[in-house]
Amino acid sequence: MASKPRTLYEKIWDAHLVERREDGTCLIYIDRHLVHEVTSPQAFEALRLSGRKVRRPELTLAVPDHNLPTTARLDEKGHRIPIADPQSAQQLAALESNAPEFGIRYFGATDIHQGIVHVVGPELGFSLPGATIVCGDSHTSCHGGIGALAFGIGTSEVEHVLASQTLLLTQSKTMEVRVEGELSPGVTPKDLILHIIGTIGTAGGTGHVIEYRGKVFEEMSIEGRLTVCNMSIEGGARAGLVAPDEKTFAYLKGREYAPKGEDWDRAVAYWKTLKTDEGASFDKSVVIDAATVEPTVTWGTSPEDTVSIGGEVPAPESFADPSKQKAAQASLNYMGLQPGQKMSDIEVQNVFIGSCTNSRIEDLRAAAEVLKGRSKAPGVKWAIVVPGSGLVKKQAEEEGLDKIFIEAGLEWREPGCSACLGMNPDKVPPEERCASTSNRNFVGRQGPGARTHLVSPAMAAAAAVTGKLTDVRELR
Amino acid sequence: MDPVREVEGRAYPFGLKNVDTDIIIPAHWLKTISREGLGEGAFEALRKDENNVFDRPEFAGAPIIVAGDNFGCGSSREHAAWALLDMGVKAVIAPSFSDIFSGNAFKNGILTVALPQEAIDRLMEVAETDPISIDLENQTVTTPFQDRFTFEIDPFRKHCLMEGLDEVGLTLERDSAIAGYEARQTGEMPWYAKGTALSA
Ligand code: SF4
Repeated sequence: MASKPRTLYEKIWDAHLVERREDGTCLIYIDRHLVHEVTSPQAFEALRLSGRKVRRPELTLAVPDHNLPTTARLDEKGHRIPIADPQSAQQLAALESNAPEFGIRYFGATDIHQGIVHVVGPELGFSLPGATIVCGDSHTSCHGGIGALAFGIGTSEVEHVLASQTLLLTQSKTMEVRVEGELSPGVTPKDLILHIIGTIGTAGGTGHVIEYRGKVFEEMSIEGRLTVCNMSIEGGARAGLVAPDEKTFAYLKGREYAPKGEDWDRAVAYWKTLKTDEGASFDKSVVIDAATVEPTVTWGTSPEDTVSIGGEVPAPESFADPSKQKAAQASLNYMGLQPGQKMSDIEVQNVFIGSCTNSRIEDLRAAAEVLKGRSKAPGVKWAIVVPGSGLVKKQAEEEGLDKIFIEAGLEWREPGCSACLGMNPDKVPPEERCASTSNRNFVGRQGPGARTHLVSPAMAAAAAVTGKLTDVRELR
Repeated sequence: MDPVREVEGRAYPFGLKNVDTDIIIPAHWLKTISREGLGEGAFEALRKDENNVFDRPEFAGAPIIVAGDNFGCGSSREHAAWALLDMGVKAVIAPSFSDIFSGNAFKNGILTVALPQEAIDRLMEVAETDPISIDLENQTVTTPFQDRFTFEIDPFRKHCLMEGLDEVGLTLERDSAIAGYEARQTGEMPWYAKGTALSA
């Protein structure tokens, strides 16, 4: 076993094997569990009904994000402002009482540590390289950016993890996405992952765990890697990984829950072994030439509907597959677009900078760099910047980024999922367009009838300035 | 979970084919924070008809539903199983079930019994006036009139249902293996074991 070369995924898998059952399914140990208000209430209730406890409360962290409004949370007197939607309020209240009842660390709406689960985990050093990380949310793949095996689970599995700290799983196949060469100036990790999904398709990674390999990822910041891994699920893969390296260690060192002292040294020594061995083979391999990646946007209602900003809305007939032709036609109808329209002619009325894909400090800096000294176009009715967590918000304010946004005419909000999905009050009106840094352009995702164009933070800022989808490189 | 060995009692003579999970529990019930209380929303649309079988007094609290082909198709919502459980249903007998529904039913201790259409026709008749009895150990469905139908069931599921083991319960039976892993990990990689205990 030890002599056979293994991939990074196989190493993490092997290191968490509790036991293999006769039918081939494996009991896998889970090191880190993130819990939010939407997918956890029934899991906690089931524990209560069966009289079960949480096996290792210190390995779970609870934080609300999906339902929280992103407007002020305290009034002038410092009292909590009640949540208007009764069902949202009820879901939030359930988490607030379940977490302490089961001994789980909880960061509430007004805690500086509150934020989107996938921003909070890495930034607190709760998510660690080589760990298995789960959450009742498909974008858990995000944490692969620090070299963790991280994936989303359902409510019954949330209960399973709380009670046993394990999951029954079958091993996935392995896939490498190797990017060769270098990205051109002005092309960001978001553009790259949109390009990758456009290339492999939304089913390209189904049944596989993707490892992103090549110099581009080695040189990419940790936050960029989190952005890339975040959208692995949009390419069909349950998880995505980038091997941990010196950058990862530097990013984690000193963070709240990161190992300290001798533990840290031992951890780093171990994490350095977490690389795909020379000669290990992948079940599937895709190679992409970085030089071909341009700032990328979506035109349709699937994340694979990508095109470079210099391109045009495609004609449905241009797709070989008849079912894709049908889907493309339906997308164009929903999006209100015509084949042949230039992407850079498409006007937007809304801009959303946020979500677990792009709400970290580097994302906000990239947007602020474009917005500095400029202001939003008159046609843009609603433009909001939603930091991923209280800590990101604080850092941004220390750097004066909030002022740049506000001076440019954008709103500066409290942390949460916000307009990424229409669960809280932040929604895009029907038939209006939004340049959005989130990860899903599904029908109705940002509100009923809303038309989403997925873009990078710099491109979202550029769209705010010109009122159209715009190649940010032309503004520099 | 309570063990399921025998399910005996009145059965709703429902009989409808292709009952999807939207019929079992409509979407507007999904924003709940509980698995309980969903019985109230079960078959909501059908229950607007005052002659519906679910509100006939003689069937109140009946533990069995006799249904038509392809029961539980459509959306994967686990709420469908939770709704049946909440209305007191412990078994559904039908010619066939959707895979996802029968998986969800099993996870929640509901027995799904597949029998040929002729058997269903006969049970529909009996259910109108008399109780039905399901014996999981012997894999039979019987009536007070000497009807006796045998059914197939996955041996693993049978074992779990008879012992009252849900998946969580089964995993917890592996406690010594899990504890062994934890001891090993704490020795070799102590930094993973600390989690949020690391800081106050
Ligand atoms: S920001 Fe969007 S994708 Fe991320 S966890 Fe929230 S709702 Fe899900």
